[in-house]
Amino acid sequence: MIARLIEGTSRRGLVLLALLLAFLILIPFFVNDYLITVLILIFYFAFVGQAWNIMMGFAGQLSLGHALYVGLGAYTSAALYVHFGVGPWIGMLAAIPVAGALGAVIGFLAFRFGVSGVYFAILTIAFCEFARVGFDHFRWVGGSAGFFLPVAQYSVNDLWNLRGKPSMFYYVILGFTVAAFIICHLLLRSRMGYFWQAIREDEPAARALGINAFRYKMIAVVISAGMTSLAGVFFAFFYNNLFPEQVFHISRSIEMILAPIIGGVGTLFGPILGAVILTGLSETMHEILHLLGVDVPGAKAVFYGICLLVVIVALPDGVWPWLSRRLGLSERK
Amino acid sequence: MMLQVSELDVFHGDAQALDGVSLDIEAGAIVAIVGANGAGKTSLIRTIAGMYKPGRGSITFKGEDITGWPSYRVCNLGIGQVAEGRQVFPSLSVMENLEMGAVIPRAKPHRARNLERVLAMFPVLKERAGQAAGTLSGGEQQMLAISRCLMGEPELVMFDEPSLGLAPAIVQDVLRTIRDLNRDGLTCVLVEQNVAVSLKLASRAYVLENGRITLSGTGEALLNDDRVRQAYLGM
Repeated sequence: MIARLIEGTSRRGLVLLALLLAFLILIPFFVNDYLITVLILIFYFAFVGQAWNIMMGFAGQLSLGHALYVGLGAYTSAALYVHFGVGPWIGMLAAIPVAGALGAVIGFLAFRFGVSGVYFAILTIAFCEFARVGFDHFRWVGGSAGFFLPVAQYSVNDLWNLRGKPSMFYYVILGFTVAAFIICHLLLRSRMGYFWQAIREDEPAARALGINAFRYKMIAVVISAGMTSLAGVFFAFFYNNLFPEQVFHISRSIEMILAPIIGGVGTLFGPILGAVILTGLSETMHEILHLLGVDVPGAKAVFYGICLLVVIVALPDGVWPWLSRRLGLSERK
Repeated sequence: MMLQVSELDVFHGDAQALDGVSLDIEAGAIVAIVGANGAGKTSLIRTIAGMYKPGRGSITFKGEDITGWPSYRVCNLGIGQVAEGRQVFPSLSVMENLEMGAVIPRAKPHRARNLERVLAMFPVLKERAGQAAGTLSGGEQQMLAISRCLMGEPELVMFDEPSLGLAPAIVQDVLRTIRDLNRDGLTCVLVEQNVAVSLKLASRAYVLENGRITLSGTGEALLNDDRVRQAYLGM
């Protein structure tokens, strides 16, 4: 498995990767909590971007409702924790099948009845909106008034219950991101990964060769949904409060696809690089505005819009394919 | 009969694409299906391939009723298709494209032999094995599409507009390839707008108009038919 992981990667790339990982592991010892929080945000978006990328980047199915799976994961694990005292790691085992099952329902409706392209994207938005309205009236988890996890000042990190300092959350989300990267790498180089790419590039042609497109698209949706729900569990335990209007809002769905689009759809490093660029730059801009004493509501959205425009015009494949060529690393897209 | 299609009706929503289409394809034949744009040629191919479900009628391949089978099962019986518009996977390499042709169970044991065979037939694909398929020329992409289909160990191949958008010299190459494959025993269904050439090549031909078969006969008979000459050959 390790051999498969590193095959096709240049020596230079491996060294860079190892240095980067060492740097990321050591960084919390040198920076303050604010910067750690920014890093957490970066890896959060890198992780959900990676999960979304399985559906869109690998299998070519555009989802604009991925906030649905984040929300399901968040509410499932939070409800288990608050109502039954079940910890987040067990909560994840519940969140994955819940999100995966709803993903399968959406996938089945779409792929069985030939809903594709833009119409598929609209269907994913619709389900996310259903969830938003539904959870607004779901009293058991607080409805529109919000759902709260008990918060206290923690002096020690309780990893089992995900209660603790930012640095602990940082290592958790870093671990998620690294695991997601490895899983995506293996998936993309697997037999199924090639089927996905064939479907993405030309579905009728893939079907003409005897690839069961329905089945592989379903698998992509379920894996992507399940993986995304883990981000939801993290979200719930990191922020400790959940409001349907926020969690399931369409801007959440859009936000999480920006990183892979800017970094490079269908690439492995794209979502990570995109998250670094977007979150890093937007936080920097926020700080600068703050220092200047300017408070512009919506500045972040405008900034995202500008980033998106620049990338689409200048580097339509995303930043990573361009950067990797410049650095002489190999990742064909 | 290798493939028998009888009384096939196909609908796309409310629009009827095929209306009572029947045809017979003998083993070892080249059968041409000619007709104008929108006559239902691609619908016919895709329905036989299992990509569309017929509203009525039946499809029988080597005595087995395959009506309504999903495409991956039809494929595995040995019915291949070279789809319209050179549908190669542009960002996958030439070799990866070829591998994609051999994913069905019937093809796997013969992978190495088929690969050798198609690379011998189109040496240019060997030269470009590692190159992204999207960077090939139009003619090379068509060769790749044909090769990829042959990797699936088909007994019957349906070619959908194989000459579309190709330079005349390349069109000749492609049609010659089809003729050679047929001589080696492959049964071919040829759907073409290039009516004169495909009728010359075909042992039997059908004219499809507005979803109906309006005329059928040997290729030669159709070439000499006044209606065909007027409507398709401009004579």
